[in-house]
Amino acid sequence: MAKRIDVSGLNAYYSSFLAIEDISMTVEPRSVTAFIGPSGCGKSTFLRTLNRMHEVTPGGRVDGKVMLDDENLYGAGIDPVAVRREVGMVFQRPNPFPTMSVYDNVAAGLRLNGKYKKSQLDDVVEKSLRGANLWNEVKDRLNKPGSGLSGGQQQRLCIARAIAVEPNVLLMDEPCSALDPISTLAIEDLIGELKERFTIVIVTHNMQQAARVSDRTAFFNLAAVGQPGKLIEIDDTERIFSNPSVQATEDYISGRFG
Amino acid sequence: MSHATLTPKSRSSLRGATLPKWFPWAVAGGSVLLGLGISAAAGLHSSIQWALIAAVLFVAGSYGISARVEGVRQAKDRVATSMVWVAFLMALIPLLSLIWETVKQGVKVLDGYFLSHSMGVVADSEPGGGIYHAILGTLEQVGLATLFSVPIGVLTAIYLVEYGRGRLAKAVTFFVDVMTGIPSIVAGLFVLSLWVLILDMGPSGIAGSFALCILMIPVVVRSTEEMLKLVPNELREASLALGVPKWRTILKVVLPTSIGGIVTGVMLAVARITGETAPVLLLVWGTDFINANPFQDPQESLPMYIYLQYSAGSDPAYDRAWAAALTLIAFIMILNLAARGIARWKAPKTGR
Repeated sequence: MAKRIDVSGLNAYYSSFLAIEDISMTVEPRSVTAFIGPSGCGKSTFLRTLNRMHEVTPGGRVDGKVMLDDENLYGAGIDPVAVRREVGMVFQRPNPFPTMSVYDNVAAGLRLNGKYKKSQLDDVVEKSLRGANLWNEVKDRLNKPGSGLSGGQQQRLCIARAIAVEPNVLLMDEPCSALDPISTLAIEDLIGELKERFTIVIVTHNMQQAARVSDRTAFFNLAAVGQPGKLIEIDDTERIFSNPSVQATEDYISGRFG
Repeated sequence: MSHATLTPKSRSSLRGATLPKWFPWAVAGGSVLLGLGISAAAGLHSSIQWALIAAVLFVAGSYGISARVEGVRQAKDRVATSMVWVAFLMALIPLLSLIWETVKQGVKVLDGYFLSHSMGVVADSEPGGGIYHAILGTLEQVGLATLFSVPIGVLTAIYLVEYGRGRLAKAVTFFVDVMTGIPSIVAGLFVLSLWVLILDMGPSGIAGSFALCILMIPVVVRSTEEMLKLVPNELREASLALGVPKWRTILKVVLPTSIGGIVTGVMLAVARITGETAPVLLLVWGTDFINANPFQDPQESLPMYIYLQYSAGSDPAYDRAWAAALTLIAFIMILNLAARGIARWKAPKTGR
């Protein structure tokens, strides 16, 4: 299921503006990798290059290599739609489809891709909702609108929706920044369970969160506003938070800037 | 302790004198009476004059009294509120008087017979006859126009919002804007010169439909565009990130989310073209007989029927014109209600 991501020499642009420059890193399968860094340093942009969502933004373009196991996501003939089925994504703000019920939201990925059997669908929905720790809360209201859930439940619904299509990698763009501490805790626990099955990459502004949930942490920074963001270092989370090898990382983590 | 000694005289600074709730109503009643009194004394007979005097008295009166009792800021607030009310009532007057007059004049001959018979054997000066042929013509012409315009309009809007970048999109937007301003008679003349004069086709319902299309498409494009723009980008991204192709995202996520608004826009466009007379006059010609075939020979339509009956000039013809006008208004009102119903039914649900 889970696959390794190997990025090398990746640049991402918004029209002519170079947003992130020359990023190379490896993300291990069945692990959680956290991206930290100040606002505007390109963490989210980089995350979106990993499932070819960056090019959805007008003017967005990428060069470099992103290997998913042994396939280059930016190679010739690669279908971005197929890439996104392999690499799922959860966004900063919960965004369930407002016209769909809880059930339909979870089933959306399969239904909209048109490859499912009706009999399987019930199982997939239950399994995904259980996987997102939401089943017990919504099992009696599967046919109610998904937008009627609380913010934390909506975000777990979005996670259920993302894992229902059985991706290999799950990207999370600040999944807890719009949530209260209890919902945040629920999602962090969930991330711990999900990493048994998926490769997880999470962008977060909350360094305690990075320290709690991740196995490895990458620190991004930018020299100045208008300059491209860069990967400063990536290492085991424990090392990054106790004994980072770059001074800038230590300054950021100890709150001396950023 | 210190607070009590410091401010013994003044009441709380947060609480000022307030006029009672019935104050605006009292001022309104007073100004109406005063307005009537002044008109009577001055010998003015027009109801518009006393209403205007009353409106001015109402605004000035609320300001004056409120400024004395409550203070200038509250008085200004009351003036703004009363201006809004006065404007609202003034906008309501023509609407209500129009409906009142149409209903009063229209119910005289409006019955089942009127709705189910044509003018085939009835002279303009005789009573009797009906609008069946006109209703049929309107339904067919508007129906055909809607059939052509909605796909073209909605697809154009989808192109503009979801795909359009660069020059082509700008050009399309520009021409849609220009088309919005085309007078209906010009649309009629355009189809007349193309369809009737160059292609040598006779008058027919469908020729009218083409002209109505020209009027309807820009309205549909505009309203659909606005509705599609309201769909949050996050929903598109959520769908794309599930590995759903773009066209399916548009079909299954974007359109269902905005379908209520799109339907409302289409219904409003339908209501707009239903009342068009000029292109129908040029291209459909009108007839007193029932012609259910919109592809051949002249047809009738409701606005044209009203126009022709009014031109006929006899009392029974006037009655028929009013009754047809009432039918037309009722038809458009039903369409609007249906649009609202659909919009409410299809709107994204938030219930728990």
